[in-house]
Amino acid sequence: MTQAEGTFNRLANPTRFMGLASTILPWLTCLTALLLLTGLYLAFFVAPEDYQQGHTVKIMFIHVPFAWLAMMGYSVITIASIGSLIWRHPMADVAAKTAAPIGACFTLLALVTGSLWGKPMWGTYWVWDARLTSVLLLFFLYLGLMALWQAIEEPSRAGRAAAILAIVGSVNIPIIKFSVDWWNTLHQPASVAKLDGPSIHSSILTPLLIMAAAFTCLFFVMHLMAMRTEVLRRRVQALQLTHVDAAGVTQGARA
Amino acid sequence: MKAFTSLVARDLRLAWREGGAISTALGFYLVVVAILPLGLGPDLNLLARIAPGILWVALLLAALLSVDRIFHNDHEDGTLEIIALGPLPLELVAAAKATAHWISIGIPLTLAAPILALLLNLPANAFWVLVLTMATGTPAISFLGALGAALTLGLGRGGLLLALLILPLYAPVLIFGVAAMNAVITGPSPFLSSYLILCAITLATIVLAPIASAAALRLNLN
Amino acid sequence: MKLALKDLKCVRGGRTVFEGLSLNVRDGTGVELTGPNGSGKSSLLRMLAGFIPAAAGHIHLEGGDNDVSLGEQCHYVGHLNGVKRALSVQENLAFWTEYLGGGEIESALSAFDLENLSHIPAGLLSAGQARRLGLARLALVHRPVWLLDEPSVSLDKGSRKFLSTAIASHIKAGGIVIAATHAPLGVKFAQSLKLGTGGRS
Repeated sequence: MTQAEGTFNRLANPTRFMGLASTILPWLTCLTALLLLTGLYLAFFVAPEDYQQGHTVKIMFIHVPFAWLAMMGYSVITIASIGSLIWRHPMADVAAKTAAPIGACFTLLALVTGSLWGKPMWGTYWVWDARLTSVLLLFFLYLGLMALWQAIEEPSRAGRAAAILAIVGSVNIPIIKFSVDWWNTLHQPASVAKLDGPSIHSSILTPLLIMAAAFTCLFFVMHLMAMRTEVLRRRVQALQLTHVDAAGVTQGARA
Repeated sequence: MKAFTSLVARDLRLAWREGGAISTALGFYLVVVAILPLGLGPDLNLLARIAPGILWVALLLAALLSVDRIFHNDHEDGTLEIIALGPLPLELVAAAKATAHWISIGIPLTLAAPILALLLNLPANAFWVLVLTMATGTPAISFLGALGAALTLGLGRGGLLLALLILPLYAPVLIFGVAAMNAVITGPSPFLSSYLILCAITLATIVLAPIASAAALRLNLN
Repeated sequence: MKLALKDLKCVRGGRTVFEGLSLNVRDGTGVELTGPNGSGKSSLLRMLAGFIPAAAGHIHLEGGDNDVSLGEQCHYVGHLNGVKRALSVQENLAFWTEYLGGGEIESALSAFDLENLSHIPAGLLSAGQARRLGLARLALVHRPVWLLDEPSVSLDKGSRKFLSTAIASHIKAGGIVIAATHAPLGVKFAQSLKLGTGGRS
């Protein structure tokens, strides 16, 4: 066994993972809080207001990280799904399952903040803008994954089915994105104000990057906590199963 | 090859004997297309303008009604297990079943579309594109539907779940099917570019979806 | 030919059903699987057919066709008959002949006493008749290994005779039969494996 494989297998071991998670979590939580406070301070008190959009430009500082995490969440699921399908790692399964609701939440938040931002900018809460539409479809993919997890009772089967769906989804995401862009250019006459101009001033870019880092850390904090909960939940279930088996044996002995 | 064709032939014979799926899908297609003008108003100009979209969306919904049956019956009566022990790899089993679904549901829906298009006052020059794009797009619908059916096999409320899983994946087919039709009706974008992308999507789906379907079927035999 | 099972382990839904199961079955012999419900009889048969992956251990058919999987050299008869209700008895068998690449429909019909029913839609058959139609696949297509899961369910005494004749003649012709059963099948099996007691007896 190579060194890399050894590390990989140790990480895949739930007990090792639980130890690692409880070491990392406090540090990561502190880092998240620190980044979040710095980012919010810079965003609200340092970053200049946009000469056109005024206060509303501040939504960008949370909207852009949310949109980034919507995509990153799905990437995490895809990578974990490949791990669970090919190497059948129990932790990959847990990682894929727990990332879905968190990713879905960030996707929903990206949609909500996007539409709140859209109201002052576009005069309406929703436009069928290419980006909004593809994020909406991404949200549906998340919902499908979660529904499939919920519908299949046996965790290992649900995990594999969801992994297949997640990989199919990740193959489809670029195609969906491409077709929505195509569809949008056919229908959208003139494009509305665009954020990504030729350059973003560093007074805006710095807080934006810090906020993105903060929310990324937040994602992993929540993901690690959710994974820990899921491992515990499965242990409880396994314990209950052994109780059922033990009861079956004593009953069998009596009969 | 003989096993593949015998499986397709058996599915077609069963679809013909049992009959229900085809007529339900056609009836549903008709009802959806007929009820939309009641919501949108009888303005023929408006209807003609949005006819491609209506016909395509209704086709997707009508096809979706029947895709969850693709593996269901064989799973329920134990035939799937025996088929799995046959000479055909599960990838080709999935492809055969999806092909049979396309022939028994996709083609009738495609052929019914021009008749329904009359109700919506679709411009006369668009009828051939309607049939062409639908004949090209419906295989993708059947093959993706088979994937959804394999994933939700044996689950209660499988049909509703399947719709949630599969409809987002249908978006590219819908977009390019309608785009190709609009290109002919209103322009200005060229017909061929949308149509060729639709062809590419269908071909890629035919190749890739059975692989995922087979993985899901293996899980269900487990 | 020899079917060799070595140190098989089966895990279902998070619990170990059996482990360390080893068994050798020579051609021309049969194994009778017994044991209480949930002891893993069906799981073992499904594992041999290739539906369930083994959590540990190996299955190998020595002297079998190495080009195809073990599953393709097996007949698997489960709790369901795999009968299409909309097709006639004859058409059901005709499909299996074409799909599995098989032999004569007439002899399969007579082996399970279905000649008089050949043009009846399978949906009209009684439970016992439908079971016989499901079993007729055994006589229709030659495969060396038979995996039978409660094959005599819903068969009456008279029909059971056809099943035991088929099993006996398959064993005599050098085949392998592994059958899980509660009721005796009327065939003498060379080995008997009792599951649910640590895996062997």
